[in-house]
Amino acid sequence: MSLDPAYLEYTRRARGMDQDLYSWSKLSDRAPIAWPSDKGVAVALFVNLEWFPINPTDKPFRAPGHMQTAYPDYRHYTAREYGTRIGFYRMLDAFAQAGAKASIAVNAAIAERYPSIIADIIAGGHEIVAHSTDMNGTIASGMDEADERALILSSLDMLEKVSGTRPRGWQSIARSQSWNTPRLLVEAGVDYMCDWVNDDLPYRMTTPAGGIINVPVNHELSDRQIITVQQQSADSFAEQMQDAFALFADESTQGGRMLTIQLTPYVMGLPFRIEALEQLLAWLDEQPQAWFATTGEIADGFAAS
Amino acid sequence: MNEGAADPGLYDFNPWRGRPKIEWPDGKSVAVWVSPNLEYYEIDPPANPHRKSWPKPHPDIVGYSHRDYANRVGHWRMAEAMEKHGFKGSVSLSVALCDHIPDVVENANALGWEFFSHGIYNTRYSYGMDEAQERAIIEDSIRTVRDATGQTIKGWLAPALTHTPRTLDLISEYGLTYTCDLYHDDQPQPVHVRSGTLISMPYSIEVNDHYGFFVYNMSPREYADTLIRQYERLAAEGAASGTVMCIPLHSYLIAQPHRIRAFEEVLEHIATDGRAWITRSGDIADHYLTQTEVSA
Repeated sequence: MSLDPAYLEYTRRARGMDQDLYSWSKLSDRAPIAWPSDKGVAVALFVNLEWFPINPTDKPFRAPGHMQTAYPDYRHYTAREYGTRIGFYRMLDAFAQAGAKASIAVNAAIAERYPSIIADIIAGGHEIVAHSTDMNGTIASGMDEADERALILSSLDMLEKVSGTRPRGWQSIARSQSWNTPRLLVEAGVDYMCDWVNDDLPYRMTTPAGGIINVPVNHELSDRQIITVQQQSADSFAEQMQDAFALFADESTQGGRMLTIQLTPYVMGLPFRIEALEQLLAWLDEQPQAWFATTGEIADGFAAS
Repeated sequence: MNEGAADPGLYDFNPWRGRPKIEWPDGKSVAVWVSPNLEYYEIDPPANPHRKSWPKPHPDIVGYSHRDYANRVGHWRMAEAMEKHGFKGSVSLSVALCDHIPDVVENANALGWEFFSHGIYNTRYSYGMDEAQERAIIEDSIRTVRDATGQTIKGWLAPALTHTPRTLDLISEYGLTYTCDLYHDDQPQPVHVRSGTLISMPYSIEVNDHYGFFVYNMSPREYADTLIRQYERLAAEGAASGTVMCIPLHSYLIAQPHRIRAFEEVLEHIATDGRAWITRSGDIADHYLTQTEVSA
């Protein structure tokens, strides 16, 4: 018994990456970014506003936060809806209180089902980022390319139809992409995506169809990760965001930095957690280095520098 | 519900912003109800093809006896704390408890607690039942509680939160007015059913003691702090909107020796605050339905 000899062939073994999407670049070697504000740290509040069908299709996989019990799972269907009806409005009020513009990654189904939410997002001055169709709209390799293209376009089309503006940014469910996704996003006219988490600043990717910016929305700096997965408290979540901000404020002497804070209405929007977010936003608002920016503004600020 | 559809069609979209205010009695901001689950778990239940009862082979000694602690120790300690601070329970009842340990049910009834059904046993799940079987457990629930306590149940919390697509239509048909199985809101909301009048009663599932201790792995004091935060928020928002907070409990969890005193401080906090209408779920439903037109 032995392995095929090809198993010891290393076809991409050379300086640089083992794929062609982007080249290696050390953070501290880059030309400094100057944000359009004179502040050192762009703070992106990034909300996932999602609709979970009560009948998960699991193609190609079941999204995090999806149904858990036998059908009909009223418990998780309605607990997620709580976030949309109530928790999200607590967040909108909190953003307004802090004078913060946020980036809302919206399932197209939210726009189709609840157009008044889209109107409220626009009235608050927030940016809408396309976030697939609904929580059955997951992507992974093996998915038919035409199906994936149709999924991306139907998301963008619906969000444009309801909001009046075609989203410039994209985030996949669970950040899961196929080999084709970056190219398909370029072909669909998307300027930036928020799936890859390998940097503290935006960077450029190249696809056969052209370039795209990746705005890294750190998957660790997320209420779902820290509170739901790691079982830490809302206060600890807020403290960790403050610690991350303090680090970036120090590093911003080398150039503009960005802090992403990923929020989930059905997690952080609960009555016993929302105050921790309000206090965090008030604290950030007081920091002289903080600039509340949308991911679109961050992508533009990066592209301009 | 719309069986098989992506959207079960249970209720209308109703965003939190700009709703008309619900007026609670005496100008209170938040209706607070405490919901002890008084349950009976069988040691050797028949298998349901859709869900396993016990994680271990029967008998699951720790799983079974942990829950049995409720009826021997926990209930009595919890009820004493509640009574001391003026909280009447709204009981989510495994109705077979009336047969197994009537002493617990009689105690709760004597204290003026309300009963609604949580199925026959918490080890018999609704998944897979046909309509006749589901009607049988509803009729059994109504009859058993009436015989044991003289009360007519008004509400339903599905056994172990297990449902069929017809559960809500059926309980409404039998004249029940509220379900504790829908978690989309902090106010009662009309539920779409085939006939009758049904509302969703906010159950605050995320502050259920089971969630606190076994989903979020909180310490007793963290859990108590969570309840106080939940209360403070809903009391503050309720000044403009009229909110509901439930404290869903299992005495085998909350009445453990290392937890009950931290919890008692929560009861004291709410009882002395002044903004809470401390009441029972059926009273909330009755009050809401006199204010609000709800039709199927």
